[in-house]
Amino acid sequence: MNKKTSYQLMQGNEAVAEGALAAGVSFFAGYPITPSTEIAEVLADRLPATGGKFIQMEDEIGSIAAIIGASIGGCKSLTATSGPGFSLMQENLGFACLAEIPLVIVNVMRTGPSTGLATSPSQGDVMQARWGTHGDHPIIALTPSSVEEAFHYTIKAVNFAEKYRNPVILLMDEVIGHMRARVNLPPRSMVEQINRVHPNMPHEWYLPYERSATGVAPMASFGDGYRYHITGLIHDAKGFPTSNPNEARDNIRGLFAKIERGFSEICLVDYEYMEDAEHAIVAYGSMVLSARSAIEQLRESGIKVGLIKLGTLWPFPRFALERFLPQLKTILVPELNMGQIYREVLRVTSGKAIIEKLNRVNGTIIAPQEIVKTVKGMVR
Amino acid sequence: MKKTQTKTEIRLAGSGGQGLITAGIILAEAAILDNKNVVQSQSYGPEARGGASRAEIIIADGPIYFPKATWVDILLAMSQKASDQYSFDLKTGGIFIVDTTYVNQIPTSSALAIPISSRTREKFGKELFSNIVALGVICEATKVVSAQALQAAITARVPVGTEKINTEAFTFGMKLAKEAIKNNNGIEAEVIEADS
Repeated sequence: MNKKTSYQLMQGNEAVAEGALAAGVSFFAGYPITPSTEIAEVLADRLPATGGKFIQMEDEIGSIAAIIGASIGGCKSLTATSGPGFSLMQENLGFACLAEIPLVIVNVMRTGPSTGLATSPSQGDVMQARWGTHGDHPIIALTPSSVEEAFHYTIKAVNFAEKYRNPVILLMDEVIGHMRARVNLPPRSMVEQINRVHPNMPHEWYLPYERSATGVAPMASFGDGYRYHITGLIHDAKGFPTSNPNEARDNIRGLFAKIERGFSEICLVDYEYMEDAEHAIVAYGSMVLSARSAIEQLRESGIKVGLIKLGTLWPFPRFALERFLPQLKTILVPELNMGQIYREVLRVTSGKAIIEKLNRVNGTIIAPQEIVKTVKGMVR
Repeated sequence: MKKTQTKTEIRLAGSGGQGLITAGIILAEAAILDNKNVVQSQSYGPEARGGASRAEIIIADGPIYFPKATWVDILLAMSQKASDQYSFDLKTGGIFIVDTTYVNQIPTSSALAIPISSRTREKFGKELFSNIVALGVICEATKVVSAQALQAAITARVPVGTEKINTEAFTFGMKLAKEAIKNNNGIEAEVIEADS
């Protein structure tokens, strides 16, 4: 027994809360829901103690409305929910996309649709994260596959939201949210915090939606002295409604352009055993854990298989697949849904490799042995 | 190092409200104090009490990829349903501990059978401490973590002011296991070798 150890046992949801604090989040509004509740629990305790605000709202519609308001007031803001609550948030999520409000929604996915299997894991909300709110809009969705990554990706989510003035969704599955593991988190001084750019021109010159060279407009906090208008209507650089086709085009294309500009930074991808791989497993979230274990066994039996681990799901990191296509014969996509990222993999690879899916929607996770069996079948 | 690494899979199963997930967390924290790698996961129903509840702990010297137990080395069953459902997942040579307060039909003669909950009620007036008593039993019967680490993990995790009585519960559990092993209530006195 060694008392000097800096390791501690931490749950995925607790790591999200720690990550939020480390990233500088000072406002949380939410409504408790399994399997995300521990995030609210920890922040209810820790945020007030550090000068932040925690508020339990009447529902998830109110929760996202509150964090939008807090973000406009200048606070880094976050909420946490699961599928049913995420559904309720979709309307205001669209508002935040169009009005370019930085915020983070953590969705710890459980089996759906509807109330579903409330305590069981799923990855069923991947497409909802992309297209759940109506209208053409870009979105950033990150997905951690370990407790330590839950901490680091929460920080990245907050930083991306601030940098790109865009909502960011942290998609976790119940396995990652609820598992506890030994972690060693970095001290606060080592954590990179990105803050939104504030305007510095005279108040009367400020155009709230005039994009700077980065593609993102500086954002004034309400109360700073800059008076401006925010709307869910298509708007001009002043923030007022417009139906001028050129201005409408600039508004929507501008949303996409800022994310496209950050594409390579936003796309978090890791590769394991890919140098000589002839077969790949594309995995994210808890499926990474099953895949790693399977790859160890498959490599022992001489099969050259590697892992393409997606940390970012949206925008879809297509280059992660494209770069390996010349060397790959088969790709397996195990998912706790009916094949949502599988469709993306098919789209990106467009017939250049054999793609198979392995799906599970019964509230349990895919065991390594099942992946081993499937890959062996494909290789043969 | 990779070749010789050991991995122990533990499952604590029973009903919601028995404190098994808390026990799982404490066991995992003890493993960290012992400088081991550990992953803990759980499964439970939507109910606050009742319903099946299960905590799993994997302790290893090296990396742990898959967080769920598949073939368990140590199984604690605190309900008949848990015993029926999970006894088949026990590895050959694995240690099976049953709380005979709630398990009437034990599927194998090699189980370490102890009336954990009723003995806890006799001793402390309530079953609240059954999970900590069970940790004492597991510690003594399996040596999967050191008694010193487990004791420290219990003290750190239980509510302030209850450290003393929880320590007593832990010691009581170790005593129950010692007696049961001595009387050969099921398992052989031989335990899985504790790694240094």
